[in-house]
Amino acid sequence: MAISDVKEYTHLSEEEIEALGRELDQIRADIEASRGAADAAYINRLITIQRTLAAAGRVTLFASKYPPAWVAGTAMLGIAKILENMEIGHNVMHGQWDWMNDPEIHSSNWEWDTAQPAEQWKHSHNYVHHQFTNVLGYDNDIGYGILRMAREQKWHPVNLGQPVYNTLLALLFQWGVALHDLDIESIRKGKKDPKEMKRQLRQIGRKIRRQIGKDYVLYPLLSGPAFLSTLKANAAANLMRNVWSYMIIFCGHFPDGAMHFTEEEIEDETRPEWYLRQVLGAANFEGGPLLHVMSGNLGYQIEHHLFPDLPSNRYREISLRVRKLCEDYGIPYTTGPLHRQYGQALRTIWKLSVPNSWTSNDTPPPPPSRFRGRRSDAERPPRRIETGIWQGRASA
Amino acid sequence: MTNWGGGLLSSVKDRDWHRVRGRAAKLLTTPLHPDDYLSLINPLWSARELRGRIERVVPETEDAATLVIKPGWGAKFDYKPGQYIGIGVEVEGRYHWRSYSLSSPPSMKGRLFTITVRAMPEGFLSEHLVRGLAPGTIVRLAAPAGEFVLPNPPPPKMLFLVGGSGITPVMSMLRTLDRRDTMPDVVMAYSSPTPERMIFRTELLELAERHPVLRLHEQHTETQGMLTVDALDRICPDWRERETWACGPGPMLDAAEDFWEEAGLSDQLHLERFSLEIDSEGAEGGTITFRNSGKTIEVDGATTLLEAGEKVGVGMPYGCRMGICHTCTITMASGRIRDLRSGEEHFEPNESIQTCVTVAAGDCTLDI
Repeated sequence: MAISDVKEYTHLSEEEIEALGRELDQIRADIEASRGAADAAYINRLITIQRTLAAAGRVTLFASKYPPAWVAGTAMLGIAKILENMEIGHNVMHGQWDWMNDPEIHSSNWEWDTAQPAEQWKHSHNYVHHQFTNVLGYDNDIGYGILRMAREQKWHPVNLGQPVYNTLLALLFQWGVALHDLDIESIRKGKKDPKEMKRQLRQIGRKIRRQIGKDYVLYPLLSGPAFLSTLKANAAANLMRNVWSYMIIFCGHFPDGAMHFTEEEIEDETRPEWYLRQVLGAANFEGGPLLHVMSGNLGYQIEHHLFPDLPSNRYREISLRVRKLCEDYGIPYTTGPLHRQYGQALRTIWKLSVPNSWTSNDTPPPPPSRFRGRRSDAERPPRRIETGIWQGRASA
Repeated sequence: MTNWGGGLLSSVKDRDWHRVRGRAAKLLTTPLHPDDYLSLINPLWSARELRGRIERVVPETEDAATLVIKPGWGAKFDYKPGQYIGIGVEVEGRYHWRSYSLSSPPSMKGRLFTITVRAMPEGFLSEHLVRGLAPGTIVRLAAPAGEFVLPNPPPPKMLFLVGGSGITPVMSMLRTLDRRDTMPDVVMAYSSPTPERMIFRTELLELAERHPVLRLHEQHTETQGMLTVDALDRICPDWRERETWACGPGPMLDAAEDFWEEAGLSDQLHLERFSLEIDSEGAEGGTITFRNSGKTIEVDGATTLLEAGEKVGVGMPYGCRMGICHTCTITMASGRIRDLRSGEEHFEPNESIQTCVTVAAGDCTLDI
């Protein structure tokens, strides 16, 4: 069975899937050819705004014993952290700005303002999640090893606590993310290389020391008598960032309509089929420009998954073309207002805390797929050698 | 030429202010550097990447100009006369790097230095530097480097063989000799198509007037023909006794190299070559050198750099192997590669490249 047997596009012939792939390649080529001074100005301006906000927030909080200063400083710092993590850090580490050839804004050496070391994020997110998007057993982002997010995942009494775990995850999101690449599940199963685990833990420890030192020791100390109120303000700013980024990220793959895949479905996957899986496995949300900037343009999750390394400020323009393609080819394109998308994710968390038989499925199960049997090499479309297909899987 | 951090910061640590910035302040700005914030106030207040500001662009000839640059923090310009510097300029959102010889003598007043650039036909960056760079533009810099330098003290008898814009490193040397007042017995053979196109001609004539020991031979090739090595015996009969510095077009340097070798005097000849080796355009495959291990491998135009590295046992970073995750991004020190997705070729030194979707398009050296 191949991915092309999934219900949503069994109506597409191999030629049509190839043609769709070419259309998407063309979008990439067009955007790459038109990247220029305006895009560079965008990210530079955004970085300036973010750093100015962060500095202003920190300075304002030296007066944090006065409530208006506390509120203003916390808001500025919280917004700065959100911008840094989402529209700047996440996207820079994806290599969206590598084309500028500016070593100060480059995926190879960017470090972000959160507890997880950039190197581990690039592995767990850029590689594992973006290559194996929504593939059960491969993509650790399906519930982050904490929540049961797919009906295909086996129920366990532990799942009854999901609503609680979910709340804790939202509040402590940066710490959850920090431990993500350790892959708790593989540690539990005793599959994790202890040497690698020690190396990762040391790296996380170093990063956490610096993050905590800054937010909970140094800046409070610098505010003198306002030690405690600055500490609380910094905690509130981190909390703002945690809850917001948690919510945006949960809207990426958990609303109804974002599909899960099995190992068999991605066997012999071609590049155009990979594209298709990205469209079917992701969900967008709608909103104005400010909402999109504050969410790192992840409201264009589908476009981000198709082209994770194209500049985020171009996703809106890309989405118009992708949406048109989906209409032309009859492929579902999941989107909706933010509150509805998050509401659906939340409903899934609650429903899947109990066994499947107690609840109804929000996405009706696909009809039995048209079984074509395994194709021989001669029957498969030619592979694109440069994409390497799945040679890298073993190292995940 | 890009300095990707590390070494650079250590070079400024000897200054107290920078040490304070580097230690205590970093704890406050982690994961960023204090300079990331300070440069918001003044773009030169950062030592993360060497920066400079273009103060003036002084036209020298119809197609050449001198850029006067004020260096930012961390740039210690105790360079040797004759060395070159890397300059990174943003054009259409992208940094492009080139190397140019410094034309100023070291430690000029006001801590400014200059490079002199000739706009080359089809050389879009040199064209941009000569005609498109407004004063106030912030550029990136790489530390001075190069072995083509003036020894201190200078040898008693010197010969300069200069063609065209090859004058720039020699000018830095002559200005230094002039300023230190240590001008030895110097013969300078300088060829250029016309007197008008001769960069620094006026200043050279003045120098020759002020220093009787400096003898200038001008060759205007449009009217007088090319300066050949055979003419050396006429222009400078005692060239065998002189330490010689030659800088100019490739063919001229090749001829000089052969000539000095035949005379058994190769030790006395110092050369500086300018041209980028980009003649392999359209080539398929080549020899890949991995700089840190010194390993090399010859590949065809279908083997990705990543696969090539793995074949010779280099610990190449990799992730998706399909060009999406950027885990495999490393720096290409020099050479020419092709992106398999777009067919685009990259040949600028110190560009970051994704090894999983690129192949050699000529020889290249990777920084790993």
